[in-house]
Amino acid sequence: MLEIKNLHVELEEGGKPILKGVNLTIEAGKVHAIMGPNGSGKSTLSYVLSGRDGYVVTDGSATLDGEELLEMEPEERAAAGLFLAFQYPVEIPGVGNMTFLRTAVNAQRKARGEAELSAGEFLKIVREKAKTLKIDAEMLKRPVNVGFSGGEKKRNEILQMAMLEPRMCILDETDSGLDVDAMKLVADGVNALRDPGRAFLVITHYQRLLDHIRPDVVHIMADGRIVKTGGPELALEVERNGYADILAEIA
Amino acid sequence: MAAAMTKDARRADATEARLAALALPKGGFTAPARADALARLRATGLPVRRDEYWRWTDPARLNADRPDEGAAFRVDRPIFEGRDKVRLVFEDGVFDAAASDDPALAGVEIARLSEADRADIHWAKAHYGALEAAGQSPVLRPFAALNTAAATEGLLIRVTGKAPRPLHISYRQSEKTSDVILHHVVRVEEGAALTLLETGTPGARANVVTEVDVAKDGQFHHIRPQGRAIDRVMVTHLFARVAEGATFKSFTLTTNGRFTRNEAVIHIAGDGATAHIAGAALGDGEDGPFHHDDTVFVTHDAVGCESRQVFKKVLKHGATGVFQGKILVRPGAQKTDGYQISQSLLLDDDSQFLAKPELEIYADDVKCSHGSTTGAIDETALFYLRSRGVAEEDAKALLILSFLADAIAEIEDAEIAADVVERLEDWLQRRRK
Ligand SMILES: Nc1ncnc2c1ncn2[C@@H]1O[C@H](COP(=O)(O)OP(=O)(O)OP(=O)(O)O)[C@@H](O)[C@H]1O
Ligand SMILES: [Mg+2]
Repeated sequence: MLEIKNLHVELEEGGKPILKGVNLTIEAGKVHAIMGPNGSGKSTLSYVLSGRDGYVVTDGSATLDGEELLEMEPEERAAAGLFLAFQYPVEIPGVGNMTFLRTAVNAQRKARGEAELSAGEFLKIVREKAKTLKIDAEMLKRPVNVGFSGGEKKRNEILQMAMLEPRMCILDETDSGLDVDAMKLVADGVNALRDPGRAFLVITHYQRLLDHIRPDVVHIMADGRIVKTGGPELALEVERNGYADILAEIA
Repeated sequence: MAAAMTKDARRADATEARLAALALPKGGFTAPARADALARLRATGLPVRRDEYWRWTDPARLNADRPDEGAAFRVDRPIFEGRDKVRLVFEDGVFDAAASDDPALAGVEIARLSEADRADIHWAKAHYGALEAAGQSPVLRPFAALNTAAATEGLLIRVTGKAPRPLHISYRQSEKTSDVILHHVVRVEEGAALTLLETGTPGARANVVTEVDVAKDGQFHHIRPQGRAIDRVMVTHLFARVAEGATFKSFTLTTNGRFTRNEAVIHIAGDGATAHIAGAALGDGEDGPFHHDDTVFVTHDAVGCESRQVFKKVLKHGATGVFQGKILVRPGAQKTDGYQISQSLLLDDDSQFLAKPELEIYADDVKCSHGSTTGAIDETALFYLRSRGVAEEDAKALLILSFLADAIAEIEDAEIAADVVERLEDWLQRRRK
């Protein structure tokens, strides 16, 4: 589904190289996790895949079902089925969460040539999904992420994901800042979306989330590259010993 | 010295030339107020650009003896259509009875200035020009004096209870060179309440003064989407006096307009009173020149009062926004809560926002704050929206609405606010083609 080949990326400003040849293939139906030290380039990878400004791709490619992502506008990538749950969700004062969700859902439906949802249909679906994530009506009415706690913001990201039903979901540290119960909610939200036609890339620092969302493959990223790939046991190893052994091994 | 005299002489000449182009009404009950205003105007003269208060907005178009020829006008799409209200229509400054609702339905006393002014006695006698005259200090407002002297039409509105439905003054322009001077007087009696809607383009060039006197515990809500004619030139003055426990709230939406100067002069006169004044202005120089000036002066003259000024401007393609706003807290006006914010969102590098926020405080137990910012669209928020599939232009429109939200929040009635937002969305939508 997602195929990243030899991806090299540097910062537009200053030209500092961040990604130095990332190779990663994720098949439909699978859950991949990426772990790695702070600053190793995990968020950068997620931003470059979703089309944020400020980065220059100097080499390589990233395709979603064979289509080159890197040439698309961010909204086209979204319509193609890519979704990024942000490490730091953005506050948008004055735009209601509900308006935002509806605009996004209908924009994607329109881009895919589907009919827009009526207000009634939309409301029914959003209420149902919000309920399972314990997002109450009041939170839905509030401006996007404004005054939300860290954990509420992350749950709101998962709500957006559930509404948009993307095929390729990237979760950037969606577990950080969550209490134990919220972590469970988020994991349940993700698991509910697991589907043979959908894939996940879960960026995390902790094994705990992976207890709930069982990954098929775990990658270790260091200094802009995937330096090791293994099964779920790799995450346990990181949890126990940190990155020192792994990095020493490849050095 | 000689140079100064020449300048003063030139100013006097310009003032006389402007007056000569007007047919000054011979008032009935307004005659003394008109004579007083004329004398005041002659004493000070019309403003010129070198006057401090006009340094960012050139008054030349207001001073000219007639409006520009060939000004384009457009029939404004109606707004507030679905609302239960009483509409009174003025076309190029002339009352259009056929297009208007029955004024009696408004549940308030309404008279037309041109008719009422045939009599020597009227309740408005003590009010016509009174707040305007008081509002000339400490800063001169010569176009308001000109208005009091020369206004040909307007409404005299007295509210004695809670008005059952909003009163809607709907302006229309049908002549390319109409030059309109309107003067409204509103008196909200003790405990009474009125919502006044004011929409459209009064004329190719318009000078509108509205004097609002809100008595004890009275309420006045004003929502004013100004006409969208590209070439219109307009100066408005809103003079308000807010008594004990009373509320005054005014919101103005401006989309388009070659020249707009909206002045508000608010005197908070009674304890525990509230005065909010807000504005959202959007200008795209690609449609035609856009110059928009909000000049606001709020005086706190009583204890425990609250005032808010919230002004937002969205500017593009060489549009200019001006904000001059002052909070004056007089001695003894303790426990004042004064707030002022003026912000601009510049959609490109050609546009400019000029702001002069001022606080002048002569009481020690007050809470006053002011701020002014200029910024561009927030790239992070833009990316966030786009990453959810919202097209770039739609995402920008959402962020513009987000930017304006605090000003729109000043409209208390949710349905009226929704109509205003719809108009904004409509304006943003048309920008995209
Ligand atoms: N816009 C930017 N300006 C300057 N440096 C940047 C920018 N974006 C990324 N970097 C740098 O690139 C490197 C990779 O950052 P990135 O956020 O991708 O790391 P990460 O693996 O997600 O780290 P963390 O685990 O702390 O979230 C860091 O050294 C970071 O400082
Ligand atoms: Mg990160």
